[in-house]
Amino acid sequence: MFLKDYISDVFNATKSLLKGMRRTGYYFTHHKEIITQQYPEVKQALPERFRGEVVMPHDENNEHACTGCTACELACPNATIKIITKFDVTPDGKKKKALDTFVYHLELCTMCNLCVQACPTDAIKMAQTFEHSVYDRSRLTKKLNEPGSKIRAGVE
Amino acid sequence: MYRETQIIKHAQKASSNGGNLEEAGDLVINVGPQHPSTHGVLHLVITLHGETIKNVEPHLGYIHRSIEKMCESLSYRQFIYVTSRMDYLSSHINNHGCAMCVEKGLQVEIPPRAKVIRVLMDELTRLASHQLWWGAMAMDVGALTPFFHAFREREMINDIMEETCGARLTMNYMVPGGVMYDIHPNFQKRVKEFIEEFKKKIDEYDELVTGNIIFQNRMKGVGYLTKEDAISYGCTGPTARGSGVSCDIRKLYPYEVYDQVQFNEIIETDGDCFARYLVRMQEMRQSLSMVEQLIDNIPEGDFQAKTKAVLKLPKGEFYSKIETARGEFGVYIVSEGGTTPYRIKFRSPGFSNLSALNHMAKGYKIGDLVAIMGTLDLVIPDIDR
Ligand code: SF4
Ligand code: SF4
Repeated sequence: MFLKDYISDVFNATKSLLKGMRRTGYYFTHHKEIITQQYPEVKQALPERFRGEVVMPHDENNEHACTGCTACELACPNATIKIITKFDVTPDGKKKKALDTFVYHLELCTMCNLCVQACPTDAIKMAQTFEHSVYDRSRLTKKLNEPGSKIRAGVE
Repeated sequence: MYRETQIIKHAQKASSNGGNLEEAGDLVINVGPQHPSTHGVLHLVITLHGETIKNVEPHLGYIHRSIEKMCESLSYRQFIYVTSRMDYLSSHINNHGCAMCVEKGLQVEIPPRAKVIRVLMDELTRLASHQLWWGAMAMDVGALTPFFHAFREREMINDIMEETCGARLTMNYMVPGGVMYDIHPNFQKRVKEFIEEFKKKIDEYDELVTGNIIFQNRMKGVGYLTKEDAISYGCTGPTARGSGVSCDIRKLYPYEVYDQVQFNEIIETDGDCFARYLVRMQEMRQSLSMVEQLIDNIPEGDFQAKTKAVLKLPKGEFYSKIETARGEFGVYIVSEGGTTPYRIKFRSPGFSNLSALNHMAKGYKIGDLVAIMGTLDLVIPDIDR
């Protein structure tokens, strides 16, 4: 009996191994099923919802939609955003709060999208970039509003 | 009874020889915190007698980020994203549990569409998590190829998530009141493609690993956990269901639309590593069938209920629980009526499952420890928080 069990064990083991090897052989001979991509040469387009970095879109007149309301700063869980405001003087002599600098610390951001959801004027959005590595950490602190930009007329 | 007497004996022995469990000829080795088979920064102090394990003592704290304390200073919208960093393989489900707890406090009813989307996302996450576990499990016991197979299928789920939620691992898609955005127009099509593809592949998984005699010999009869022990250690999820404990929150305390879909709670009674393996393999098929049932029946309507911009929970205590890929995940919020919680406590499945490790590994060989840990499906950030 012992010998019979032993032989059937060996037989079953070989069978199960060959079954597994058949899979391996299948992929070995079917090159079309290979799914790896050669990354730096071939870059896949990322879906439009992909959250890679917070950016502030500017239009062709170098105007943005940010009113400096700080809603995004309050919504952010890790103090990634710092809004510095200034007072603009409108033509009729009134003072109006406006954005001076939108400081964004990419190194603190967790891409949670809460700031974009909180913004009442859709002034910021998520960009589909992901290659964020730099040699110096200070370069990750960004100023999102471009120099000389101002708020688009009609955005309150 | 056996367990308790063992613990008392150990305690007595330890106190009689100055706190040390080992005797002459025993060897104490450290596995981890940087060891590939612990799947993270888990530190195990193992007392060995020859190759036989006498005691395993997990040391935690290497990835403690004090998430519970952190949550106390975050608002009810903000704290949800942190829970993706606990059990990162079930991040959707963690977020879902927290969102449910906040909704309980606010007493908002979420729209049917959001409910179905949430369940779909949960099941896809569970599939992705089990796929990764399967690959890692096989790799732990020495088969490298399955890892790549698992990642190939998991990539399809990740792509679906990326398209709809905007992220691949830490999605932050569940918000109080529903989900953050509506599903992507391609979502249904791509999920159906995935179902078709994965149905074929899961048979391939069985062919490649489940039937393999070497794999079975490593798993069968190793790491026994009896039903009583599973209950007394507080094990949940596939770990407990492999020992015959019925503990599926989706079945026992159905939330969202789990009472309307057809699925079986998978229970195996052997209590060894192979039983836990089989539970997870069959759970994948169940999840697949759940996704299949729901994908064509997403009701029309809103994907988010109207909630205030600043959420305030009434004074009181709120608890909700949910079945993650590893077991029961509980969220307990104590509110003083303000915008931030007074106290948050998470009951994470990994912590309780890990506590049974010493009991399961004792008496087996050191090589079996890897298999036992593999079937516990540990995610260390979930244990440490
Ligand atoms: S994505 Fe999240 S972490 Fe990043 S800036 Fe916005 S709110 Fe802050
Ligand atoms: S980006 Fe939006 S939320 Fe942030 S300050 Fe500007 S307008 Fe307000």
